[in-house]
Amino acid sequence: MNTQTIDSNFAPWENAEETPLIDFQNVTKRFGEFTAIDNLNLKIYEREFFALLGPSGCGKTTLMRMLAGFENPTEGTIILDGQDIAPVPPNKRSTNMMFQSYALFPHLSVADNIAFGLKRDGMAKGDVDARVDEMIRLVQLGKFAKRKPDQISGGQRQRVALARALARAPKLLLLDEPLGALDKKLRQETQFELMDIQESTGTTFVIVTHDQEEAMTVASRVAVMDHGKLVQVDTPDRIYENPNSTYVADFIGDVNILKGHASKTDAGCTIAWGEGQPEINTSCGTELRGAVHYAIRPEKIAVSADKPDAANVLKGTVLDIAYLGNISTYYVKLATGEVIKAQAANNRRISRRSFTWEDEVYLSFTDTAGVVLAQ
Amino acid sequence: MNILRRTALILPPYLWLLMLFLIPFAIVFKISLSEYALAIPRYMPQYDPETGIWHLITQLSFENYRLIGAGAVIAVLSGIALLAALIFLFYPRLRSAFSGETDGSLSDRLAAFLLGLAAAAVLVILGTIALSWFFPSLSGFVELQDHLYYTAYLSSLKIALFSTCLTLAVGFPFAWAMARSPAQYRPMLMMLVILPFWTSFLIRVYAWRGILSQTGYLNQILMALGIIDEPLVILNTNIAVYIGIVYTYLPFMVLPIYATLEKLDESLNEAAIDLGCTRTSAFWLVTVPLSRPGVIAGCFLVFIPALGEYVIPELLGGSNTLMIGKVLVEEFEKNGDWPVASAVAVILLLILIIPIVLFQRNQQKNQEAGL
Ligand SMILES: Nc1ncnc2c1ncn2[C@@H]1O[C@H](COP(=O)(O)OP(=O)(O)OP(=O)(O)O)[C@@H](O)[C@H]1O
Ligand SMILES: [Mg+2]
Repeated sequence: MNTQTIDSNFAPWENAEETPLIDFQNVTKRFGEFTAIDNLNLKIYEREFFALLGPSGCGKTTLMRMLAGFENPTEGTIILDGQDIAPVPPNKRSTNMMFQSYALFPHLSVADNIAFGLKRDGMAKGDVDARVDEMIRLVQLGKFAKRKPDQISGGQRQRVALARALARAPKLLLLDEPLGALDKKLRQETQFELMDIQESTGTTFVIVTHDQEEAMTVASRVAVMDHGKLVQVDTPDRIYENPNSTYVADFIGDVNILKGHASKTDAGCTIAWGEGQPEINTSCGTELRGAVHYAIRPEKIAVSADKPDAANVLKGTVLDIAYLGNISTYYVKLATGEVIKAQAANNRRISRRSFTWEDEVYLSFTDTAGVVLAQ
Repeated sequence: MNILRRTALILPPYLWLLMLFLIPFAIVFKISLSEYALAIPRYMPQYDPETGIWHLITQLSFENYRLIGAGAVIAVLSGIALLAALIFLFYPRLRSAFSGETDGSLSDRLAAFLLGLAAAAVLVILGTIALSWFFPSLSGFVELQDHLYYTAYLSSLKIALFSTCLTLAVGFPFAWAMARSPAQYRPMLMMLVILPFWTSFLIRVYAWRGILSQTGYLNQILMALGIIDEPLVILNTNIAVYIGIVYTYLPFMVLPIYATLEKLDESLNEAAIDLGCTRTSAFWLVTVPLSRPGVIAGCFLVFIPALGEYVIPELLGGSNTLMIGKVLVEEFEKNGDWPVASAVAVILLLILIIPIVLFQRNQQKNQEAGL
């Protein structure tokens, strides 16, 4: 995957000089009384692969529709390519959208659906055919080119919708859950395909997904939304390792959250939490004091039968073990009643595991394993 | 048991069909093969138990059909059917020749259709010439004794076709506007479309006399506004008949079209616009093709009753408005010639079978497509 190495140098958002391709300036969208997008500011840069993540109904599709031109912001402006897009009608924008409902034309064959946008561009017939062939090969629909949308499966329909949006090679591609209906293997293939397309064409992608793994794989940056607001916009690794709130930590991946009280020490800070539990030592760089949340990922917690030598050690009993094949998740109940999730790779056969249900175990983690969050 | 239940289920509709259609049809058909007589009933031969059924059959003849020019009507119909079949044969080939694998543009399709039509027409004409050359005796079959009936059939066909087009032209925008109006108004609009059915059809058509006559409301208003000086002559012309048919059958056009348009997903329109369509081209490329099942259903629902329409031409049409329904009633009521009237009715039914079968096929296709 050489794309990742290229991506690692690509960080226009860190450069204040860089002009963004898309600039949301204090954008608010209301439907009647209901506020779908709430005073949102966001910059997306050229050649980015930008992923929108968030719970159902948080406004992801609405954000996309404003970019495509089907909704106008109630307040604020959206700048695309240095130009306020409010007066530009959707058919004049160099964006294409893949609809969440696919919106395939039922009266046209797969090939004609894909060719639809090309013909509107007044492309020569030979070129249209060549481009359609290329797209059909890309989404592996060769056998179905002549079928109507109601004669193919849900996953195939999704691929037609994707091909139709890709065909015109727009400057900005908006994909609303483009891969949700595909099986894992095809999804991964298509993800890499998308990244390749992005590499070779330099198209900017904005993609909505419910699959955080997908967001992690493809995106240069991820935005986590909640109730029409952006909670955090950052690179995938920073979203995962340095969430700015328990909401983000909880939304992306699994996490243990402990409520406590932070006080400063030489090495960093300690967090006093549950009765009779040792304070948690962390080298948190934050200035947070007082009531805080301590968030730690399960895979950063080690489980052992003997007391290990580590910065933080907690004792508990195994409540449950979820076997996931390559890894297992241990649910360990502490004396306070708190249940902590810990994950360990199954590098031994299950039969040779040294502890099981109801056993006393030690949980240990380093002083850099978790993050301290205000809320 | 199962068979019994199934029979019980399908028996009522078949009985219905038998009693209300097949038996009356058989009676009418028999009368159409009889001869006019100044007696009661107005035809002979009658069934006489003494001579038996066979004697009755030998006395029947197709004389009435010859009189009304049924041969010519059948010849024209088969010509049209042949033409349609040939176009079906040519059109797909021509289209793919014009535009290759993918669906061509509208102009490609139109060119293919016109070429197909021309080729089919030439073939039909050549066939007709060849037939009349090799079988000169066939000309007796299409010979017209009395032009009245033949002209009435053609004129009915013309009026029905034209008023169907008019109703479509009025009804489609109607249905479209209804489907695009805010959801809370739609039931009310639907209600308004259906509302006229609550009063008698006869009264409503009669009311148009008051509107269209020389001293009627329309002329009064137009003259009061100074748009015209002389009252317009609308009543008792074909124009009044068209107005009457469009007015009466509009709901039959609006409702099926509205039903298809309302189900149409707005995101399809958005997708078309997103892919570069203007609002107008999205309408022609997406909305119109997808409303086709509703348009076809609506057209048949207007065309079929309009073809045999009697009340509207009688009340609104003039003496030169020739429609087969009117001829039929005149033959039956005024001339008392039951056999000829029956023959006219049988041929009318024959003509109507074609659109009814096509309508049925359209409905079936929609059902299979889940529309
Ligand atoms: N046309 C509309 N009228 C009224 N409310 C709307 C309209 N469109 C969207 N909403 C509301 O705005 C909110 C955001 O909708 P949106 O479709 O953007 O959600 P989403 O994040 O895409 O959700 P999902 O992940 O389920 O697709 C929802 O609560 C929705 O009910
Ligand atoms: Mg959505």
